[in-house]
Amino acid sequence: MHNIFLLTIIVVVYLFMIGYLGYYGYSKTKNALDYLVAGRNIHPVVMALSYGATFISTSAIVGFGGVAAMFGMGLLWLTVLNIVVGIIIAFIFFGKRTRKMGHNLEAHTFPELLGKRYQSKFIQGFAGIVIFIFMPLYASAVLIGAARFLEATFPGMLNFNVALLVYVLIILAYVFAGGIKGVMYTDALQGSIMFVGMIILLVMTYINLGGVVQAHQALGAIADKVPAKLAQMGHQGWTRMPVFGSPSWWTLVSTIVMGVGVGVLTQPQLAVRFMMVKSDKEINRGVMIGGIFILMMTGVAFVVGALANVYFVNNLAFGKIAMEVAGGNVDKIIPLYINSAMPVWFVYVFMLTLLSAAMSTSSSQFHSMGTSIGRDVFEQVLMKGKSGFSTIVVTRVGILIGVLITVALGYKMPASVIAVATAIFFGLCASTFLPAYAGGLFWKGMTRAGATASMIAGSSVTILLFLFVHKKESESVGLCQFLFQKPVLFPMPWPVVDPILIALPISMITAIVVSLSTKKFNKDHLEHCFKYIGVTKS
Amino acid sequence: MLGIEDPQVWGAYLLCIASAMFCVVYGLLNWNKGDETVHAEDKKWVESE
Repeated sequence: MHNIFLLTIIVVVYLFMIGYLGYYGYSKTKNALDYLVAGRNIHPVVMALSYGATFISTSAIVGFGGVAAMFGMGLLWLTVLNIVVGIIIAFIFFGKRTRKMGHNLEAHTFPELLGKRYQSKFIQGFAGIVIFIFMPLYASAVLIGAARFLEATFPGMLNFNVALLVYVLIILAYVFAGGIKGVMYTDALQGSIMFVGMIILLVMTYINLGGVVQAHQALGAIADKVPAKLAQMGHQGWTRMPVFGSPSWWTLVSTIVMGVGVGVLTQPQLAVRFMMVKSDKEINRGVMIGGIFILMMTGVAFVVGALANVYFVNNLAFGKIAMEVAGGNVDKIIPLYINSAMPVWFVYVFMLTLLSAAMSTSSSQFHSMGTSIGRDVFEQVLMKGKSGFSTIVVTRVGILIGVLITVALGYKMPASVIAVATAIFFGLCASTFLPAYAGGLFWKGMTRAGATASMIAGSSVTILLFLFVHKKESESVGLCQFLFQKPVLFPMPWPVVDPILIALPISMITAIVVSLSTKKFNKDHLEHCFKYIGVTKS
Repeated sequence: MLGIEDPQVWGAYLLCIASAMFCVVYGLLNWNKGDETVHAEDKKWVESE
């Protein structure tokens, strides 16, 4: 039994630190430039930690850690992609160009960057609306996870409804007051706590299992414990990849590795981070911190998740694999492992790690929703830049609206939709934005019509695939069943092939074909967009 | 390798570490490199706000 009094003191001290950093962000926010892009002058360590902490939510640690307990260490390919795509490609190739183009065009949000690059209010508005409609789904999934976690941590003290409300009000206070500076300073503390928590978790797990090689060998030795149902789907043990082409392989490679791994490039709340630093120097320094941070987050979660099987099988109190101990609920595996295999003091450290992971992701989501509906859709598109209100006021109203919708979804969203909300948002962002974003940064021949067509094609194909083809989402939404009396329209392997593998190529081909056959931008506009790009001064 | 038989899995394990190490080396080698963009136009926007 945990010491609730001690736990409460730890959380109160943590919240005071968050409160102080939120106030510090508020005191450093002098104008709209500070509120939206941190004055374009944020410290590289704060930027990198904030990027990483926003990127990694509780679901990346608990949810995907549990998935690793089911699929095994093959999930580490997602960590490879997280670092290669989410840090190396995102910072070095996309980040530097995003920063320069964002500065050249005076863009303050991700939709505004696209809108100004293509001189199109439609593109800015469309991007803002996609973010505003679908980000609350993702945000409420994080919110529900955090509220359930708080309810479980403080049994009898907080019920789900109260936990959800308290959690939202605390984050709303520092996002509303301090803008992105409030978000990023608190993110830096939360990222540091996450980093320390995950290092301790990795070290203690390997020590408990007799060392790195011994732990892996022990995991390989229990391959005969794979349930028959999983073995039929291609599962060969936790230190082996599933059989090539099997349903398990498709799920692991297409949905988990590709779907989540590629989607990170076009997360609006992450892309905007690059416009918040003053030079490429900060981005170069951020690469170092970001790479190590992501390795310690998802890498540790996936290794520990898989190794939890060794602990549970070899422990006489359980004697079963992690999935069976958790009653088939992957989300319960990591908390069960921490509570039964780790000392009580670490349970408290890990509780702060998870709380930090959730809060750092939620705060950026709240800010992004506010800028999308406030600045992008209302101020820039509907009012054509002349709303009569300052951007800070408009964004704050946007944040309030976004948070209200997220909270309503948090109370009302069906459990089946919560499980797929994050995948829907990541997949939709990649297929909708990636060709327009990458084309805008790297190809002067990309036209307004090409970008518009690719965004419409990418978003509509993704939504259709989620509703009628990809089994996990189509079953949970139920529209396909209602219209056609069957859960999906096409036979295997299509129900397990992630929509991103179909919608993204369609979106890319659309962008290229339409751009090659429509009017190019004039030279002056392109020179303005690409000023300083491709020029490096050491 | 590392107690893992499947090269696809120990390959992923080592590649995770290698890609993070690349990030460290890249960051250190480029620690003081990178040009700075002047963004004076933002000041006009702040004034109009």
